[in-house]
Amino acid sequence: MDVLIYLVPMALLLGLTGLAAFMWSLKNGQYDDVQGAALRVLSDDDVRK
Amino acid sequence: MTETLDLSIYVKRQDDGTSHLDLAIEGIDCAACIDEIEGGLCRLPGVVEARLNYTNHRLAVEWRDGELSPAAVVEELHRLGYRAHPFQSRLVEEEETRRAKWLLKCLAVAGFASMNIMLLAVSVWSGNVTDITPEIRDFFHWLAALIALPAVAYAGQPFFQSAMGALRNGRTNMDVPIVIGILLALGMSVVETINSAEHTYFDSVVMLLFFLLCGRYLDQAMRRKTRAVAGNLAAYRAEVAHRIEDNGEVVLVPTAALKTGNRVLVRPGERIAVDGVVISGSSEIDESLVTGETAHRAVRAESQVYAGSMNYNGTLTLRVTASGKGTLLDEVERLLENAAAAKSRYVQLADRVAKVYAPVVHTAAVLTAIAWISSGASVHDSLIIAISVLIITCPCALALAVPVVQVVASGALFRAGVFLNAGDAFERLAKVDTIVFDKTGTLTLPTMSVVNVGDLEPALLQAASRLALSSHHPLAAAVAQMAQDRRPYDAAVEEPGQGVRAIVGEVEMRLGSPVFCDAEGVAKEAAEADPTASAIAFSWGDQRAVLLVRQALRPDAIAVVTELRQRGFDCRILSGDRPEAVAPIAAALGITMWNGGCKPAEKIEALEALKGEGRKVLMVGDGLNDAPALAAAHVSLSPISAADLTQAQADAVFLGDRLKPVQETIEISRRAHSLMRQNLGIALVYNLIAVPLAFFGYVTPLVAALAMSGSSTLVTLNALRARGRTPAAPAEQTNPADAVPAPQGA
Repeated sequence: MDVLIYLVPMALLLGLTGLAAFMWSLKNGQYDDVQGAALRVLSDDDVRK
Repeated sequence: MTETLDLSIYVKRQDDGTSHLDLAIEGIDCAACIDEIEGGLCRLPGVVEARLNYTNHRLAVEWRDGELSPAAVVEELHRLGYRAHPFQSRLVEEEETRRAKWLLKCLAVAGFASMNIMLLAVSVWSGNVTDITPEIRDFFHWLAALIALPAVAYAGQPFFQSAMGALRNGRTNMDVPIVIGILLALGMSVVETINSAEHTYFDSVVMLLFFLLCGRYLDQAMRRKTRAVAGNLAAYRAEVAHRIEDNGEVVLVPTAALKTGNRVLVRPGERIAVDGVVISGSSEIDESLVTGETAHRAVRAESQVYAGSMNYNGTLTLRVTASGKGTLLDEVERLLENAAAAKSRYVQLADRVAKVYAPVVHTAAVLTAIAWISSGASVHDSLIIAISVLIITCPCALALAVPVVQVVASGALFRAGVFLNAGDAFERLAKVDTIVFDKTGTLTLPTMSVVNVGDLEPALLQAASRLALSSHHPLAAAVAQMAQDRRPYDAAVEEPGQGVRAIVGEVEMRLGSPVFCDAEGVAKEAAEADPTASAIAFSWGDQRAVLLVRQALRPDAIAVVTELRQRGFDCRILSGDRPEAVAPIAAALGITMWNGGCKPAEKIEALEALKGEGRKVLMVGDGLNDAPALAAAHVSLSPISAADLTQAQADAVFLGDRLKPVQETIEISRRAHSLMRQNLGIALVYNLIAVPLAFFGYVTPLVAALAMSGSSTLVTLNALRARGRTPAAPAEQTNPADAVPAPQGA
C-alpha cells in the first residue's frame, strides 16, 4: 500500500488544480455571458481579418 | 430626429484616455446580431472596443476620448436596426451579482471537498467490510479532516452568517439547525479521528453543504436574471426632457441628468418626465397615469405637476423640484410609511417550520443521549448516537423544500412575463381570495385608442389616421396608431389648438376639433352616445366622421376577470377616476362592487375594511396614487407601465398589454404553494423514518449519506413539477371568450 503515499497527494493536487482553474475562470469573467459564448464560437471573425 | 441626445452623464472616463458607455439593447434575437452590432460599431472612428453580452442584452462600448460622441453610437445602432438605451447599473443588481459569484465560489469549494472526501470515504466503507488496516483508515480520516475543515470554514459562510444574523435578532431560521448540525458533526468526526474510530461523518457534512449551496445558488441566479431583465426594462423606459441651459439654449437630456432647480421645457403632446412646478405657460394636462383621473386638469404658473402626466395643448416651462415635495407625493409617502409600519412582517412558511423544527430535533437528540446513558451505554457511545440523530435530521431536504420550488416557479412566472420583487410572494399569492383592481392603466391600457372603429368607414379611418401622423396632439397619436400606411401626407399643416389639414388630390382633409372640421352636428350625436370619450372630428371634402378616443380595456380584460370570478375570486374596482367613468368599465366586466373618486387614503381604508372581514386581498394597480394601497394589501401586482414608486411597492410586476399574467400568477403561485407543502411533507416523512433509525443507533455514515442525498433528490424532483402544467389544470383550456375580440371601452 506504499503507492498511496504519492497517489493520494497526486489525486488531491489534480482536484486542487481543477478548483483553481474554475476560480480563475470565474474571476476572469468566463461565465458573464454564457449564451453569447455558445454563439460566438460559430462566427468566423478570425477569417475576415 | 434632428435633436441629439446629450448622454454625457452616462459616459465613464477611464484613466487610459478612453470613454466607456453601457447600453441596454432592444431587438436582439439571433446570433448574427452579435457580429452585426460589434462589427458595425468597430467601423466607427475612434471605437476601441464594443462587446455585446448576449445573455443580458447589454453592450459595453469604449472609444478614445473626444473622437466620438455617445449619441453617435446610439444613432449608429439605430441605423443598424437596434434601439439602444443608456444604462446605469443599479446598486441592487451589482450586489446580487457579487453575491452570486461568492455563492458559486463556495459551491465550487464544497464540490471539490465533497468529491475528494467521498473518494476517501468510499474506500473506508469498502475497507471496513474487507481488509483495511487501522493505520490506513486513520490516514484517510486525517486526510478527510484536512480537506473538510478549511472547506467547511469557507463554504459554510453563507449559512454561518445567516444563522448569526437570525440569532442576533432573537429569531431562528432554517440555517440555525443546519449550522448546529454541521458544527457538531464536524467536531464529533475530529474527535473520532483522534480516537481512531471506525466512523467519521466528514463526507455527510460536506455533501450537505454542497446540496444546500446548490439550492442557494439557483435561487440567487434566478433572482439575478429577473433583476437584469428588470434593469433593462427600466433603461428602455428611461425618459428624456428638454433642459433649458443658463444661456437659454435647449438641450435634450435623459431625465437622470436633471437636477433640482433645472428648468425644463415641455411642449404640447409630450409626457412630463419630472416632478416640478410650472414657472410659465399654461396648459391642460392628463394625469391619468398618476391619479387615475381621466379628466384633464388645467395648470398655470405655480401649479405642481408630476412625472408621467401628459401635456396637452400649451408649452410649459417647469422648475424641477426634488421628488417628494409635491402635495400628492407627500401624502403618498406618508401613507406608505404608515402602511409599511402597519403591515406585520409576514413569517415565511420555511421559517415557521424552522421555529418548530429546531427545538423538536434538539430535544430528540438530548432525549436520545439520556435514553442511551440510562440504559447503560457509555457516555461516549451515547453522545455519538445523539449526534447522529442531529446529523440525519439536519434539514437538508427541509431547507431545499421551499427554495427549489421558488426557483422553479419564478422561472415559470418569468416565462409568463411576471417578475417577482419579493421571494415570499408565492405564499401570499396562493392565499388570495379577493382581487382589487385599479381602473386607469390597470384594467385599461395606459395609452389611448380609437374605440368606435367598427362604426367608421375603413377608407375614412385610414385617411384620418394617416393624416394624424402629422399631428403632435396626444389624441392624434391614438388615431395615428391605426394607420397602415405609415407615410404622412405631404404638406400637412398643423394649426395649434385646432387640428391638422392637408390637401390630398385637390380635396381638403381636416382632422381636429369638431369646429375646425365643421362637424359639430355629428360630434354632438357621438358625444351623447358616449359622453366619457374624447371626440376627434375628421372631414374629407363633404364627408364627416367622428372618432371617439379613450383608454380602452386591456384586450383580454373581460375574459380574465370573468374567468377569475367564475373561480370564486371576489373582484372589485377601486379607482381614483370619476364614478361616471368607472361605471361603464365595471358594467362591461360584470363587477358589481366598485368605487370611483377614491383618494389614496380611501383606497387604504377600503382595503383595511376587506382585511377586517378576514379576506386576503390582491391589489393590482399602477398609478402613483395606488402605491400606498399596494403596500397595504396582502399582496400586490402592478403592470410594467406603472410609476417607479408604485412598482417598487408591488410584490410582482407584469409585462405586456394583457391582463392574463394576473391570472397566471395566481395559478402558478397556488401550484407552487401546494408543492412547497408537499415537499415539507416529504421531508417530514423522511424524518419520521430516519429519526427512529438514528435513535436506535443504526445510522452509519453510509446510511446518512444515502438518506440525505435520497431525500434531497426527491424534494428537488418534486419541485421541478412547478414548471410544467399538470394536465388536470384547467388553465390549458382556451377560454371561449378569448376567441371573441373583447369590445373596447364600454
